[in-house]
Amino acid sequence: MIPAWSWLSLLIWFPVASGIVLLALGSRAPSFARGFALVTSILAFVMSVAVWIGFRDGTASMQFVERAAWIPLLHANYHLGIDGISLPFLVLTTFSTVLVVLAGWRVIEYKQAAYFAAFLLMEGFMNGVFAALDGLLFYFFWEAMLIPMFIIIGVWGGPRRIYASFKFFLYTFLGSVLMLVALIYLGVRTGSYDLLAFQRAPLGLGTQIWLFIAFLLAFAVKVPMWPVHTWLPDAHVEAPTGGSVILAAIMLKMGAYGFLRLSLPITPDASRYFSGLMVALSLIAIVYIGFVALVQTDMKKLIAYSSIVHMGFVTLGFFALFFMVGASSIEAARMGVQGGIFQMISHGLVAAALFLCVGVLYDRLHSRDIATYGGVAKSMPVFGALFVFFAMANVGLPGTSGFVGEFQVILATWQANPWWSLLAALNLVIGAGFTLWLIKRVVFGPVVNEPVAKLKDLVHRERLFLFLLAVPILLLGLWPSPILDVMRASVAHLVHQALTSKIP
Amino acid sequence: MASLALWVVLAPLLAALVTGLAGIHLGRRLTHALTIICVLASCILAFLMLLQVLAGARLDAPVYTWMVSGGIPFQIGFLVDPLSALLALVVTFVSLAVHVYSIGYMADDPGDVRFFGYISLFTFAMLLLVLANNFLQLFIGWEGVGLVSYLLIGFWFEKPTATAAALKAFLVNRIGDLGFILGIAMVFRYAGSLSYATFFARVPDLAGMTVALGFGWHVQVLTLMGLLLFVGAMGKSAQIPLHVWLPDSMEGPTPISALIHAATMVTAGVYLVARLSPLYIHAPEALSVILVIGSLTAFFMGILGIVATDIKRVIAYSTLSQLGYMMAGLGATAFAAGIFHLVTHAFFKALLFLGAGSVILAMHHEQDMRKMGGLRKYLPVTYATFLVGALALVAFPGFSGYFSKDALIDAVGQSPVPGAAFAHVLLLLSVFVTALYTFRMLFMVFHGPERMDAHTREHLHERPWVVTLPLVLLALPALAVGWILFHPLLGGSFFGTALATPAGINPLASFAHLSAWRFFLDAWDAPSFYLMLAGLAVAAYGYLWRPEWPGRLVARIRPLYGLLVQGYYFDAVYLHLGAAGSVLLGRRLWKWGDEQAIDGVGVNGTASRIGWLGTLVRKLQTGFLYQYAFTMVAALVVLVFWALVRY
Repeated sequence: MIPAWSWLSLLIWFPVASGIVLLALGSRAPSFARGFALVTSILAFVMSVAVWIGFRDGTASMQFVERAAWIPLLHANYHLGIDGISLPFLVLTTFSTVLVVLAGWRVIEYKQAAYFAAFLLMEGFMNGVFAALDGLLFYFFWEAMLIPMFIIIGVWGGPRRIYASFKFFLYTFLGSVLMLVALIYLGVRTGSYDLLAFQRAPLGLGTQIWLFIAFLLAFAVKVPMWPVHTWLPDAHVEAPTGGSVILAAIMLKMGAYGFLRLSLPITPDASRYFSGLMVALSLIAIVYIGFVALVQTDMKKLIAYSSIVHMGFVTLGFFALFFMVGASSIEAARMGVQGGIFQMISHGLVAAALFLCVGVLYDRLHSRDIATYGGVAKSMPVFGALFVFFAMANVGLPGTSGFVGEFQVILATWQANPWWSLLAALNLVIGAGFTLWLIKRVVFGPVVNEPVAKLKDLVHRERLFLFLLAVPILLLGLWPSPILDVMRASVAHLVHQALTSKIP
Repeated sequence: MASLALWVVLAPLLAALVTGLAGIHLGRRLTHALTIICVLASCILAFLMLLQVLAGARLDAPVYTWMVSGGIPFQIGFLVDPLSALLALVVTFVSLAVHVYSIGYMADDPGDVRFFGYISLFTFAMLLLVLANNFLQLFIGWEGVGLVSYLLIGFWFEKPTATAAALKAFLVNRIGDLGFILGIAMVFRYAGSLSYATFFARVPDLAGMTVALGFGWHVQVLTLMGLLLFVGAMGKSAQIPLHVWLPDSMEGPTPISALIHAATMVTAGVYLVARLSPLYIHAPEALSVILVIGSLTAFFMGILGIVATDIKRVIAYSTLSQLGYMMAGLGATAFAAGIFHLVTHAFFKALLFLGAGSVILAMHHEQDMRKMGGLRKYLPVTYATFLVGALALVAFPGFSGYFSKDALIDAVGQSPVPGAAFAHVLLLLSVFVTALYTFRMLFMVFHGPERMDAHTREHLHERPWVVTLPLVLLALPALAVGWILFHPLLGGSFFGTALATPAGINPLASFAHLSAWRFFLDAWDAPSFYLMLAGLAVAAYGYLWRPEWPGRLVARIRPLYGLLVQGYYFDAVYLHLGAAGSVLLGRRLWKWGDEQAIDGVGVNGTASRIGWLGTLVRKLQTGFLYQYAFTMVAALVVLVFWALVRY
């Protein structure tokens, strides 16, 4: 057992403090800055692994709990703790940050120290979201993490960054404000901001519905669910590679995490009330967005749309749980939720890898346009092989992590409604269509032009970060059990909460 | 037994891993040696495994728990019974022959190390599929072979036609997988487990149960399940209408056409249906569908072989047709006959493909049969072995194909499954068609005038032993397995309970006491023998004695000929409705849905119509971060203040 340190605080404030140090350093020693950032991010990753090792499976209660008075007047506490659902995301966050630092190593030339600082700050805040057990603290981290992302898109972004950040801002800000209102309402009503107390508090259906809507606006935007998804392609296109990686790997998970931590347990009856709508929106995301992804000409946009499709599986797995029928309905409900969570983790790895692959090409030819490329495998064989591998993970090929979540969600959804299962499974075809068509046009085919013919294959640093992603994607595909074991008790508890009425 | 099964599967994986990670450093010769030794080991172990099975041993054991979801374990594990042991041996044997052959065939190719890694990986995935004891592992292997097939069809990735064919193969297979995965979901729903044993034990309870699909529509559970799983089989085993990928898959190197697109992977669908025979005997409607689709595929795809001019395409259409035969046999509940034909076909079709490869090598990668002719003088070994394969394919009495195919046709004729009479007629007609396209190919390539140019003719010669040895290795079973396997397989003593027997009339009942010799002697009594001779006669007339006759015939039936050359316009319809339609739909949803409706009216529209909000937000868009931060903090303060006031 790991000694009772304030591990979670460390995971939050160590990166933040390091980020502040880097900011204070300014642009004086850029090569020191990146080395410092790398060491910090690796240390944070090691800490999260230590937390994983110290974590006890088989219980749904919160672990590594820290609690201190924060704003006594409001009964808001500095209250941290993790369960089997939040733990994998802490590790995913710290792991992604290492990758992002590696990815930005030579590529970022302007204000290097600030760039790395932004990612370290974001890492701390994102860990805060996953660890917070106090409503106001949750909200604080939720908003705080947007600031570094604004900076990243705004300063290191592409030419249309103003439009993209405008959209990002409008969407996320409006959504989050309503969430704050909902949290304050709950705080006033229960007398504290303890999320676990929120989960226990009995609430009438009418109240729950209002709360659910307020949460929904915040979370649906983040996921993003159709039809509030249109900020994502623009944000991705304009963000630098590292920004896209964090956006796809972690920030999109925040919305889904919100459903798990707030919507389902705090407003279970309203969740049931709206579950039909949620399933419908999820299925629209899978099918409609799949077709939209098919016709994209910009690689990043294509992967962004593909992210929306994959997040559709997540929300489908969460909200189909209210429709399970048959003898094993509870098992199916758990399977759907587990599948959704696994899909979040897998998508974090796969989408990060695909954005990094696009970044590798972008760094060389400064184009994200599919038509610029063709025959890349000829000049970059190692890159080609890895890109095809990640594409296959995106297609959900068994043996990669991409399969596990989709498989569980499709299997579970059948028990809710076979037609939904059919619509979700259409992604087998459509997803393969948009992903492999991309591969066909970019990686395969004859070499289209002189610049492509002269492309240099991956350098060691690029190989490193792509291999670092390929390994877990493969291992989790061959043996997903470890992740699922960690979350099992928490998922069972969550499903129980979601299926238990709170109407007094 | 358990470790034996494990090593049968792992040996090729080991070869693939080492080749994939270090093949570049090992170089060609070491890679060849490593992969061949591993596959040879796998083949020998598979043979030992079959011997143990013959001695009565069985295995159904988990290897590890892949995941536990919703409280239910999903395991990776092996099932070794007569069915899987027999197929494991076939797979490893053909794979071994193809490995050896590829040394010669790929000798001049810069990607040859990659090629060997792929075929070893393929062998692994195929064995994983065959030896699975549950649907999960079956699906993993199923998709694994699909992946390698995709990679190998697009092996020469600089050829646009090759990459297009690879994408097409993957997508069409995925349409099949869509049905397959839903079938698996249904199995899970009704059996609560994906293990075969648990599922088969549940099947009798499910008979008669219906599932409501909404709209007042009720379907038998087992029928729907059987049909969904069969959709998967249709994709992989290229049954009409999901057959379109297989002819195009000929873009890949010829050795893999032999291994993957003839002998092993494409028969996975046949294997699936046979493996699930305990399900299908309780789903008569599904059986009828399988029977009809199989026989339609056998007949109509065979016809296309008559008009194809590319030697590989002729064999590809022939493969489609033979897969149709196998499916029809399964649909008629003659499961053993379907598997028997699978086994003989694996040998003689791999032989034909490798023979075609030898021809193509000799012809400097010319595949058009109109530019060949008279090759028997130059390629004696290839000719002799090709002839064996051809005679097996047309079911000439005494050759392996005769035993399996004529038994299969006979069983379909005796089957009580609705549609069997129709299927029987189609399969008999297909005998004529098969003989016609096979002898046409044989005559165009090896007989008649030499139509190649002088330069090619000078360089015509037989390839080294690595090419000819596999031909001989495959010619032997193409001659012999029919004799050896006829009685054990069809008489029922070999498969035991691995294949279910139908409750009513067993179409294979008449084979219980029939020896191979007796069946051979009875050849002259069956109509199929004369149909085959008729096909031979027409081919000889048109391609040996009166070479001008086919051209005249074509001129007379121009529209029909056009229909055939276009493959009944399946491709055209899929391309224009399926592919182009999807792109158009995607573009409409993107431009009208996302950009005009959601962004235009919703997002940007809100801002511009509500003027003051627009201005406000535009003012916020200063690009200065401190202002963003300030706004948020200010908002937070205001809200906290509001809360305090209410307190």
